[in-house]
Amino acid sequence: MTQSGAAHGDNYLNHEKGIKSWLTTVDHKRIGVMYLFTVLAFFLVGGIFALLVRLELFSPGHTIVGPQTYNQFFSYHGTIMVFMVIIPLIPSTFGNFILPMHLGAKDVAFPRLNLLSYYLYIGGAFLAASTMAFKGIDSGWTFYAPLSLQSRASTTLVLTGAFIMGFSGIITALNFITTTHKLRAKGLTWDRLPLFIWAMYATNIIQILATPVLALTLLLLVAERVLGIGFFDPTLGGDPVLFQHFFWFYSHPAVYIMILPAMGIINEVIPVFSRKTIFSYKAMAAAIFGIAIVAFVVWGHHMFASGQSDTASFLFSLITKLVGVATGIKVFAWLATMYKGSIRFNAPMLWAMAFIFVFTVGGLTGIYLSTIATDIHLTDTYFVVAHFHYTMVGGAITGFMAGIHYWFPKIFGKMYKEGPAAVACALVFIGFNLTFFPQFIAGSRGMPRRYYDYAPEFTYLNQLSTIGSFMVAIGFVVTAIYLFQAMRNGAKAPANPWGSATLEWRTASPPPHDNFSTDPVVTAGPYDYSSIKV
Amino acid sequence: MAEHTFFGLLPPQATEIAKGVDDLFIFITAISVFFFLLVIGLMLSFARKYRAEKNPVPTDIHENLPLEILWTAIPTLILGVIFVWGFIVYKDMSAAPGSAYEIRAIGKQWLWKFQYDHGASTVGELYVPARQPVKIILTSDDVLHSLFIPDFRVKKDAVPGMYTSLWFRADEPGEHVIYCAEYCGTNHSGMLGKVIVMEPGKFEEWRSGKLDATATSNGENVPLDIQGKALTEKFGCVACHSTNGSVMVGPSFKGLYGKTETLSDNSKIVVDDAYIRESIIEPQAKVVLGFDPVMATYKGLVKEEDINAIIAYLQTLK
Ligand code: HEC
Ligand SMILES: [Cu+2]
Ligand SMILES: [Cu+2]
Repeated sequence: MTQSGAAHGDNYLNHEKGIKSWLTTVDHKRIGVMYLFTVLAFFLVGGIFALLVRLELFSPGHTIVGPQTYNQFFSYHGTIMVFMVIIPLIPSTFGNFILPMHLGAKDVAFPRLNLLSYYLYIGGAFLAASTMAFKGIDSGWTFYAPLSLQSRASTTLVLTGAFIMGFSGIITALNFITTTHKLRAKGLTWDRLPLFIWAMYATNIIQILATPVLALTLLLLVAERVLGIGFFDPTLGGDPVLFQHFFWFYSHPAVYIMILPAMGIINEVIPVFSRKTIFSYKAMAAAIFGIAIVAFVVWGHHMFASGQSDTASFLFSLITKLVGVATGIKVFAWLATMYKGSIRFNAPMLWAMAFIFVFTVGGLTGIYLSTIATDIHLTDTYFVVAHFHYTMVGGAITGFMAGIHYWFPKIFGKMYKEGPAAVACALVFIGFNLTFFPQFIAGSRGMPRRYYDYAPEFTYLNQLSTIGSFMVAIGFVVTAIYLFQAMRNGAKAPANPWGSATLEWRTASPPPHDNFSTDPVVTAGPYDYSSIKV
Repeated sequence: MAEHTFFGLLPPQATEIAKGVDDLFIFITAISVFFFLLVIGLMLSFARKYRAEKNPVPTDIHENLPLEILWTAIPTLILGVIFVWGFIVYKDMSAAPGSAYEIRAIGKQWLWKFQYDHGASTVGELYVPARQPVKIILTSDDVLHSLFIPDFRVKKDAVPGMYTSLWFRADEPGEHVIYCAEYCGTNHSGMLGKVIVMEPGKFEEWRSGKLDATATSNGENVPLDIQGKALTEKFGCVACHSTNGSVMVGPSFKGLYGKTETLSDNSKIVVDDAYIRESIIEPQAKVVLGFDPVMATYKGLVKEEDINAIIAYLQTLK
């Protein structure tokens, strides 16, 4: 087996055959691929719920379903997309596949644990999804008490599922951190680590520290039920606002679990396609960690209208502004990386530029929401819906799309066609903006979120949104078609099609079972293209 | 209906506060548009100028400290200004003038109920005088709700077991929509209401029951505090609580509201709405120093409306 890696034609995909060899694999690459297909399957389900929501909102009042069903649609859309898709999206797929290869390692530090985390994720996801089979959830993905306590069984089940998935995330995180510390190739010093690794590292720390709070929340929910001690339920003397504190103490950092890895990917893609080193490597790494730290102390910005004290609002608003500064640093540094580069517009670069666009809009609209006076008017309206779709959805999805187009040749050993890729990117990009930009206007004009019915003045804005959402869907269908086609009969990918400098490109596409036929040695930075021809 | 503000992006401005909020909104928009154009403009112009065909050889640049300081410092400064401005405007929004006319609101799945000092209560419609500060004291009967009046740019959550408040001073007589902004279950989007702003004179007429508005008073109105007095008799509170300052089984109601009470664990607490509510619903949670915890809970017996009336009554016992 040790020799086989070098053998001609042998790679991780055909190294062992049969479904069982996949289900019991401890190869980080195969686990990454399994995650990829699983997460995308949930993305499909969450996406269908999104389309149903948009269809219902095409006109005021009853369009396709009643209010109760509509409430379940958006609750499932949010829950699936947040907990089953966007949180694990990049760490579980590219984290698993690319991170060890970035480091020049043969695998993660604990391969078996890695497989366990995959099954925990599946278990948690199915547990949460199983609520669909009976009473269902209709309290939104935020599960605010006491509404969510009216269907406590479902809420407990979903949060248990979320926690198990979070636990899977913790295991993966520990695995990645250990791998980064212990398994770096010779010469791969800390200041030569690709920024994707730094982004993953920061993400992992957040996962390890924040997820236990979710467990605590869950424990209190169960204790409240079983022992009758009031924590969140006002009829038992509990405090519903306390639930919001707990919830956002986990869920705000979770926003950065979603976005930091995407930033990491953009950090890889822009230099490669600009043929230039990343601008200010150190500031980029520092900004990532700055965001990760601040992530823990801004949760109260979700609660300016909740009745929390003015002093708390004051501090949360102030600290949140720091996120803006750190994000600004990153955006400007990406632009500076493009400056005087030699830019090629392959699909990954197109997606990276789409990322900069949507993320800039998302970031700037965050200023309105972190400023208390304007937030009072805008919170819980469609403005917020638009804002977080631009940041965490726009950010994570465009980042992921940049990543999948960048690493597809490595993962599957095939090249896709650039033409359809550009078309799909344009469809999703335009559709996305058409979907969510009108929602800023609906929101600032006063349309509250999670509304089944709305005033006629909001009709045309909602119709634009619905049309846009179907454009996005078509864009993703096109993507699925050309990527599947490429998998089956795309041209064979060379080892390093984009002329990248990171280690995963020093081995065959797809990589052999052991990743590298000879242990790689690093002699230059991750974005040093001086000796690489394209 | 009044005009929308700022190219139709914002609802009509019906209060002074709304103007303050909008000025800040417009400022942030100006800043945002500037930075958006800057970022996207630079990105597109770099993409054009430095595309591989035109610029085959990249220039090696690693960093530029002055530039980095600049793009850290300028946003910090601007965000600082916005933060301070935002907080100043918010201060005005959060502190109601002492002279504000108080109305109590209860959110319940899925309607808004308002209780006025003179005893009327209305459902869905909130009657207020123009050009006078009005303070709405909110609570909820069941789950979270949020009282949102877009034209006034105010919003506050109604939390069960808690009293929150917002205030406004409506400029002109007219009508304004009320939304529930905190998701509250099946009919969340149907939990609508409207604010009916009247000339102060007309409001007084309405209050005194002279105005035969259709949805106003429920028959002969008993003022809220008098309702409260009747309730303390009906529920037998007066068997243990005096109203003349003499101590019976429990502390006297006289001068209770607003005073600082010492509890059995020697901690101090100011008697406010939330404390009174808790004393009624959960008397054992906080026991007054020197008294036995003999008061039984009234949970399930008194309604939120009743508690509001009792609070109004206790406020009059100076
Ligand atoms: C059986 C006698 C009894 C009855 C009836 C009773 N209470 Fe009390 N109440 C007490 C006692 C004793 C205390 C002081 C100990 C404590 O804090 O529980 C008290 C405390 C209070 C307090 C806190 C007073 C303070 O000084 O902080 C309030 C408010 C109150 N009661 C309101 C009511 C209301 C309203 C009712 C009727 C709905 C009521 N009580 C009925 C005995 C009673
Ligand atoms: Cu947040
Ligand atoms: Cu509601």
